[in-house]
Amino acid sequence: MIQVKEDWCKGCDLCIEKCPLNALEQSEHLNKRGVKPPQLKKINDCNYCRLCELICPDLAITVIKDKNKKIEEKKSLLRPVGGRK
Amino acid sequence: MVEIKTAEELNKKYLREGMWPTIFCNGCGHGVVLEYTFWALEELGWDMDKTVFSSGIGCSSRLPGYINADGLHTTHGRAIAFATGIKAANPDLNLIIFTGDGDCAGIGGNHFIHAARRNIDMTVIMINNFIYGMTGGQLAPTAPLNSIATTAPYGNIEPPFDICNLAKSLGANYVARWTVNHPYQPIKSVKDALSKKGFSLVEFLAPCPTAFGRRNKLGDIKKHWQWYEDNTILIEDYERIMNYGSEKEKEEVKNKFPIGVFQDWEKPGFFEQYEKLVNRLIEKDVKKPIKTKAVVRK
Amino acid sequence: MVIYKRNPNLIKKVLGNKIQFLLGDMACVYGGIISGVSFFGGYPITPASEVAEGMARLLPRVGGTYIQMEDEIGSIAAVIGAAWGGSKSMTATSGPGFSLMMENYGYAVMTETPCVIVNVQRTGPSTGQPTLGAQGDMMQARWGTHGDLEAIALAPSTVQECLDFTIEAFNLSEKYRNPACVMTDGEIGHLRERIVIPDENELELIDRVEAKIDKNKYVPFTNSQTRKNCKIPDFATFGTGYRTYVTGLTHNEKGFPATDKQKDHERLVKRITSKISDDAEKLVSVEELNLDDSDVVFVTYGASARPAESAMDIARKKGLKVGLLRLKIVWPFPEKIITKLAKDVNKIIVPEMNLGQIYHPIKEAACGNCEVISAPKIGGEMHLPIELLKYLGGEI
Repeated sequence: MIQVKEDWCKGCDLCIEKCPLNALEQSEHLNKRGVKPPQLKKINDCNYCRLCELICPDLAITVIKDKNKKIEEKKSLLRPVGGRK
Repeated sequence: MVEIKTAEELNKKYLREGMWPTIFCNGCGHGVVLEYTFWALEELGWDMDKTVFSSGIGCSSRLPGYINADGLHTTHGRAIAFATGIKAANPDLNLIIFTGDGDCAGIGGNHFIHAARRNIDMTVIMINNFIYGMTGGQLAPTAPLNSIATTAPYGNIEPPFDICNLAKSLGANYVARWTVNHPYQPIKSVKDALSKKGFSLVEFLAPCPTAFGRRNKLGDIKKHWQWYEDNTILIEDYERIMNYGSEKEKEEVKNKFPIGVFQDWEKPGFFEQYEKLVNRLIEKDVKKPIKTKAVVRK
Repeated sequence: MVIYKRNPNLIKKVLGNKIQFLLGDMACVYGGIISGVSFFGGYPITPASEVAEGMARLLPRVGGTYIQMEDEIGSIAAVIGAAWGGSKSMTATSGPGFSLMMENYGYAVMTETPCVIVNVQRTGPSTGQPTLGAQGDMMQARWGTHGDLEAIALAPSTVQECLDFTIEAFNLSEKYRNPACVMTDGEIGHLRERIVIPDENELELIDRVEAKIDKNKYVPFTNSQTRKNCKIPDFATFGTGYRTYVTGLTHNEKGFPATDKQKDHERLVKRITSKISDDAEKLVSVEELNLDDSDVVFVTYGASARPAESAMDIARKKGLKVGLLRLKIVWPFPEKIITKLAKDVNKIIVPEMNLGQIYHPIKEAACGNCEVISAPKIGGEMHLPIELLKYLGGEI
C-alpha cells in the first residue's frame, strides 16, 4: 500500500502516469495547495516496483509492503541496465 | 546487497527539517535529480559530515539548501572554482557540485574547462533544462536550434553547446548524460560518478514546463516528459545505427540526443600528484627541481 | 591526504637567514608564510607575478597548496572556498585583476570570510603602464564592489612593512572575519631592501575563533555565542559536523535565504558593517613625525611618504615648521585624528600618486578648519622632494 504526504504533493500526476500497472488514480479531496493528491485504486495490482516513489519530485509518496500479500520484492535498486559496463 | 529504505526514511536522514516542500514548479525535473542523488548516497554510505555541496545561481543551485550537509551557495558560474579551494584546504572532504546549463556552460565555462583538465577530485551534476529558468526564461547556450525563449522570440539561430563532448575531450574520468524519466540507470551512474576519483560529470536533461515547455508548445507536464523519452536514444544504439543501419533508420535517429555513459577511465587526479610533490620536497628538502623531460603528448 | 599544520621550525628553515636583502613582492610572500598561509591561488600579472612565483617555490616546501588558477575570478573564488575549508588563504594581483575580483570580494564580505588580497597597484585605468607604480586603487578598495560594506586596507611604505603588514592583514581579517587588502604599488613591490625576519616569540598571530558549542544550539550568522558584546560570529569550517549553509543572498541568522523582508536585510548588513565601524578607533595606526610644532603637515601613505619625508627634512633645515603624518591603515579612515590635526595646523598637503583620492576624506574630516591641498602626480614616477617643496607656498 502507499502513503502520501498530502501537503507536499504538487499535483503533477507523474506517479499516476508512470505506474506500469495503472494502479493509481487522483483522489477526490483537495490538499492545502488546491490540487488532488494520488491514491491507490480500490482494485489494484501493485507489485511494489517503487517507480512512483522514485519518480516523485517532492518525495511525497512512500511504498510500504503489505505483510499478507505474497509478492517477490526487489533486492537492489542498482541492477545494471544499459551503460558500458 | 543493501537493504532498501523507503522514501520516508530517506527524508529524515538527508533533508533539512522544515525546508521542504521546495520552491520548484509543478512538474519540474530538479526534485527528481535530488532524489536520485539521495538514493546514490544511501547506497554508498558516505559520512554526511564530510560531504560538501557547492552551487552557483539558478534553480538547480537551490538544491544544496534542502540537503542536511555543509553547503556553499556562491556567485553565478563560479561554483567549480570555489569548490577547488575547498578541496585544496581539506582534501578529505567529498565534493558534489550542482550547476545548471547557463551556470556551467555559459558564464562558468572557463572554470569548468580547467577543473576538468586538471582532473580535480569532484563530481559535477549539471541539470540541463535548455533555458535560464529562475530569471524568467531567457536563452541558454545549450538550447536546441529554433527553440523559443524570451530573448530569442523568433527562434534560436545559434548552434547548441554539447558539454559532454567537451568534458570527454578534456580527459575527464567519467562523463555521462541521462534523462530523469527512468530511475535505475541514473542512480547507478551517479553512484559510479561519486565513487570515482578525479573529475566526473553527470548531465541530466530535466524538463522545465513553466519556462521551456510552455514557450515551445510542448504540451502539459505529461506530454513534456514524454517528449524527452521520445527524443533520446542510448549511445550504443545510436552508434550502431549510424554505422550499420539503413538510410531510413538513420533519418529517424539523426536528431535525437544520445544518452548514456560516454567515458569511463581512471587517470590520476590533481591532488594525488600534488601530494607526491610535497612529500618529495619535504623529505629531501630539494631546492632545485629534478631534471625531467617535458611530456609533450600524454 | 595530509592537512596543513603550521610548523615554526620548518618555516624558519625554508625562509633562511634572519637578515636578508629582499624584493618587496617576496616580502609579502614571507609575511604570508610566517602567518601560516596554506593556500595561494594566483594568476600572473605585472607587477605582482613575483608573489605567485615566490609562493610556487616556497609553499609546497612548508606543506601548503599552490594552484595557478585560470583567471583572477577563479583565484579569489578558490581563496574564499579554501577559507571555508579551514585554511588561511591569500591571493595577489594588480589593478585589472582587482577590478575582476570585485564581485567575489563582495561575496566574502557578505559571508564573513577571512582572506587577504595583495594589490600591487599600477597606473590605470585599463592596461595603463604595467611596469610602473601608482596609488590609483585606494577608493576602489573601499567602494569597488556594489552595496554597503566596510573595508580594511593597509598601505606599506618600505619592504619591511610589506612583510609586517601582510602578517597584520591576516590578523585583522581573521579577527573581524572580513577580507583585508594590502595596497603596495609597483615601486615598493619591485624594490630591494634589507629586512629582518621576526622571531617566533616576537610574533603575535591571531587565528579565527572556531565554533565549539553544541551542534543543536549553534547559530552561524549572529553575534558571538561565546564572547560577550562581540558582533563577530564563531566560525564553523566545513567538515567539522556543523553543516552550515553559506549563501550570498540576504540570509537570516541560520544562514538560509530570507529575501522578502526589509528588517532581515537591515539587521544583517548593519551587523556586518558595524563590527568594523564600532572598532574604528582601535583600528587606527599612523606614524607621526614632528607634529608638535608644525604649521604645515604632509598627510600621506604608502610610497608617497618617502619623498614627503625627504621634503620635510629639507624644509626643516631651512627653518620651516613642517611635519608628516603617515597613514598605515588607510581604511577604516582615521577621521578623528585628521579633525584634531586640522585644528592645530594651517595647511595640510596630500601627496599621492593619483589625481586625488584620499584627498577627499581628508578634506571632509578637516571640516574647513585648515586649508587642504592635493599634490597629485601620475605617470608612474614618484614625487621628487623639490616638487613637494613648491607646495609650501613660495616660502623657499
